[in-house]
Amino acid sequence: MLKNVFGIAGTALNAQTIRMNTTASNLANAGAVSGTEEEAYRAKRPVFRALVEQADLNAGFNNLGGVKVNEIVDTIDPVRQVHDPGNPEANEDGFIWLSNVNEVTEMVEMVAASRSFQNNVEVVNTAKQLVMRTLDITKA
Amino acid sequence: MKLFENPFGIHEQAVSVRNKRMELIAANIANADTPHFKARDLDFKKILAASDPAPMAATNVRHFATGETENPSGLVYRVPYNSSVDGNTVEIAVEQAQYGQAAADYQATLQFLESRMSGIRKSLRGE
Repeated sequence: MLKNVFGIAGTALNAQTIRMNTTASNLANAGAVSGTEEEAYRAKRPVFRALVEQADLNAGFNNLGGVKVNEIVDTIDPVRQVHDPGNPEANEDGFIWLSNVNEVTEMVEMVAASRSFQNNVEVVNTAKQLVMRTLDITKA
Repeated sequence: MKLFENPFGIHEQAVSVRNKRMELIAANIANADTPHFKARDLDFKKILAASDPAPMAATNVRHFATGETENPSGLVYRVPYNSSVDGNTVEIAVEQAQYGQAAADYQATLQFLESRMSGIRKSLRGE
């Protein structure tokens, strides 16, 4: 019954929260510097996947049609190399590597996640009202 | 109307179909950001045609099928107005509008059920 709507919207609320968390983490690490190119911080992005397979049911997700975070990937944008010999992180040639976080992109991502979250809250609200009305049938 | 054999008529099934549609659209909204997700919907007309106890039958080889009895589950993919790069066909504004309509349809069915219920109650009381 309508309780599946709550479950489905719940998975989406969860996924969008994770998306907002990764954005927060990216913004927090925007200024991180590193002494090697490999260790430089790369912005993280969650990849969503729909819960449509039997394997999802077996894995304990009982909300078919919902969404889950399948994996969190690093963005492929290049990290910036800067010559800054005074930096304690600098290597022997005086280079440091900055993160590849683009603050503007992260802000857009944050707003998009928050709007998607609101959409799903609205879904829950409407479903709740309908459930209450269904319960009121007996009073008719 | 057979009041006590089938007191709620078609609305009993209708409420579960409405419910299923709400679920599907909720799933579409939940997957608005999922790559390659295809939005789905229920075709109420097809389900209604499939639940017809005496559908139009092709009794002669030269009859054409009506097409209404095909796909009795009524599950259809939504055709997007604009395609997106990641293969997702959910358009959030469309889904919100459809969800609102589905909620209104659900309430309409509830209204029918309520009036049936109060009718039965009145007849039992002999008012």
